[in-house]
Amino acid sequence: MSAPSGPVGRSLPRVDGVAKVTGAARYLDDLPLAGVHHGVTVRSTIAHGTFDGLDLDPAFDWSQVVVVTADRLAWGAGLAAGGFGENYVAMIDRDQPALVPPGGRIKHVAEPLALIAAPTKALALAARAACTPRQTARPAVLTIDDALRADVVLYGDDNVFKQFLIRKGHADDDEFDLAMVAAAQIIEGTYHTGAQEQMYIEPQAMAAWKDGAVHVAGSMQCPYYVHKALKVLLGCGADDVVVAQTVTGGGFGGKEEYPSMLAAHCVMLTSAVGAPVKMVYERDEDIAATTKRHPARVRHRLGLDADGAIVAIDVDVVFDGGAYLTLSPVVLSRGVLHAAGPYRAPVVRVRGRAVATNHPPHGAFRGFGAPQTTFAYERQIDKAARALGVAPWAYRTRHALRPGDTTATGQRLEHSVGTDDILAAIAKVAGPPPARTGENAHGAPVVRGRGYAFYFHGAGFTGSGEQRLAGKASVVARPDGTVAVLASSTDMGQGAITIFAQIAADALGLPPSAIVVPDPATDVVPDSGPTVASRTAMVVGGLVERAATALKARVEAWAAGAGVAGDFTARAAAMIAAGAGLDAHGALAETVQYEPPPGIHWDDATYTGQAYPCFGWAGCLVDVEVDRDTHQVAITRCVHAVDVGKAINPVIVAGQIEGGTVQALGWAVLESVRYKDGKVTNASMTNCIVPTFGDVPDLETIIVECPYPFGPHGAKGVGEIPMDGPAAAVANALEDALGVAFDHVPILPEDIARALAGAS
Amino acid sequence: MTAPLTITVNGQPRTVAASPWRRLLDVLREDLGLTGTKEGCGEGECGACTVLLDGAPVCSCLVVAGQADGRAVTTVEGLADGPLLHAVQRELVARGGAQCGICTPGIAVCAAAVVDAGACKGGDARAQVRELLAGNICRCTGYQLIVDAIVAAAADVERGQP
Repeated sequence: MSAPSGPVGRSLPRVDGVAKVTGAARYLDDLPLAGVHHGVTVRSTIAHGTFDGLDLDPAFDWSQVVVVTADRLAWGAGLAAGGFGENYVAMIDRDQPALVPPGGRIKHVAEPLALIAAPTKALALAARAACTPRQTARPAVLTIDDALRADVVLYGDDNVFKQFLIRKGHADDDEFDLAMVAAAQIIEGTYHTGAQEQMYIEPQAMAAWKDGAVHVAGSMQCPYYVHKALKVLLGCGADDVVVAQTVTGGGFGGKEEYPSMLAAHCVMLTSAVGAPVKMVYERDEDIAATTKRHPARVRHRLGLDADGAIVAIDVDVVFDGGAYLTLSPVVLSRGVLHAAGPYRAPVVRVRGRAVATNHPPHGAFRGFGAPQTTFAYERQIDKAARALGVAPWAYRTRHALRPGDTTATGQRLEHSVGTDDILAAIAKVAGPPPARTGENAHGAPVVRGRGYAFYFHGAGFTGSGEQRLAGKASVVARPDGTVAVLASSTDMGQGAITIFAQIAADALGLPPSAIVVPDPATDVVPDSGPTVASRTAMVVGGLVERAATALKARVEAWAAGAGVAGDFTARAAAMIAAGAGLDAHGALAETVQYEPPPGIHWDDATYTGQAYPCFGWAGCLVDVEVDRDTHQVAITRCVHAVDVGKAINPVIVAGQIEGGTVQALGWAVLESVRYKDGKVTNASMTNCIVPTFGDVPDLETIIVECPYPFGPHGAKGVGEIPMDGPAAAVANALEDALGVAFDHVPILPEDIARALAGAS
Repeated sequence: MTAPLTITVNGQPRTVAASPWRRLLDVLREDLGLTGTKEGCGEGECGACTVLLDGAPVCSCLVVAGQADGRAVTTVEGLADGPLLHAVQRELVARGGAQCGICTPGIAVCAAAVVDAGACKGGDARAQVRELLAGNICRCTGYQLIVDAIVAAAADVERGQP
């Protein structure tokens, strides 16, 4: 990294840092809301069946309590008539009711059946305990195999929410089979990855009130997703509802779609109560009811020629989507687009299906489908190297994609290919592997191993998604002398507002402290698209840069004509004072809309073309130590090299990489969401564990910069890629240590015990 | 049942009429308006609600208000000396140790206690941090930059830098 000349490339402290370390930052539950009532949710206890009605305990004092069931609301009347629109959480499909009506179908445990509001949380919880939903259970679909058998149909006529088929280098299955039978050997495996809880430390939290418009504020990633959902739920226009993000205590995808549900509930309750209502989930409820990473089954075949080169790849991906469609098609899309991995292969077939089960809906979580398929292909590549007797990193070095190569969708890689830099970065620091056996710090005998993984992650929306989205951002010089960046991208801890200030300041020649980034509210900021898909720095940061550059050019042109000297701030102030080109707020505003880089072609029908504007690239080295008595796994070393194009703020980038790395290590060996009869049985932080300070080693983070020519200063995505590969590196290290293949995550001590017992 | 409880909060004696059975966390947040202390799990696992009780870190979701009667409580609002941040707070900002910030008050309070007690120095400083802070969960950072910040703060305190 060369020394930066402006604010971009510097590790400036995050702009919200002081508020966060002093406790001054106000999250939703910290905000004073006069006369607020507390909302809680009555939920189903069966995985599948009907909601026959709600019994209220006559001995309970209901005088201060409001109970809402869906049959009590005027659906179809619309907000203007004092009613509601449609009882759906509008996302991709409209299959998920905001509240199951009496007589309606229950499709998962913890599905919302009724809402309660009371002046205190304690009273609301007591009232909930005095409610008993009557339910009739039906046979449930609880596994991927059950879903595919479709004896019980939950969606369409075959339980398939969505399927994709990618074909490269062949026209049909017969041609594919010819390619595969030509292989000298075939590496074959079936990989299972479990659900994963986002475990943001601030639970889901939302409030709603009516003040002219319907106002909703809360912890969320995507204010405009909530806005869109509420327009449908309320049956109202865009200006009738205002959605604002409050300081958000972590998201990781878990606050992408679920906040629309919570917002719907708050809005129903505030309408019934006639006062502000807030809902803050208890941790057990949050774990039991909200979305998690899709459990997956990935069957993977690698056909190799006599020299070990890949002649054909065959992948069959199935994701458990849970009870409703939510975002599963898009998660599946990313899963299949990454399923062949960053390796040269002339013939590729990837089939993907997301299926309906009676689990609570699975949804967005950092990586968004790619970690599941990455785990499979990086286990496969490791097995291929092992079968060929080639060192694992050398095998990857030989067969990884380089500029000029094409991906599974036929996307020819032209620029920003980090392969060689990543491979070199890992090789440079790897050093000798740890001694095979020894003792750990407690004197217990251990066996050690080393594993690698290499992977890529498409940055931004898939295919023509960014064009369809047409995100906008504004940079505004205001009469009070400040310059504001207006974007709907939320800061949930990842540093968006800090890097936006850096990018705008850099373009305007100002110190970052001169830039303000207001909290996103739909009546203030344009729709920049959702805060997802590793797109905020690359896509929205690019919009901010373009808007700031345009604003500067406009102000300088005016100043040159008017003969006004000074820096941007002085010239903008003079221009505002002169009343030249002001918007309705008396400010100078530039708004720009996303424009695709030249030469982007994507065909949604055949799933071919440029799947992503560019890819990030990464490599991971993990050393493990397995306690021979307890089978406890200690991760003793983790090197992670990630190509981010350009680190706008290197410390923030390192924080993104390290946070994602530890979530991935947790998914590999600790994090297990357990279901019984469709119900999460470990819905608490006591037994649904995530890594602590003591569970991970000091991390070795290497930032690699292979610039994306169309990103701001070369930046591309960083948020998700660190989640993709470390789990495979851990499994590969465990196979190296123990000589037994582990083809699932999480790999718990009991799994190791079973595997070793089976091997001996 | 409410009783007057006298708790010295961030150096100031405060009297609150509250049931001694309410959680200290709720009394701090609801009765005293000190919303810097966060609730992440309500069962003593995440550490977001950490405060100091007579100088020792506790999960305020597991302490009833009556246990704090007549004792001293320090919350995140009490760490800084006016605008002058505690070394732990300053280093967390400078070194990127706060991301979403919801765990940060608990981590800052716990780290301030251990650093002020002279821990987290020497050759195994990083291991000490990992041991002493193991009751505070952060889901954003991967812990690396927090460990950096706390070790730096311990060095600052040792040098007499506030």
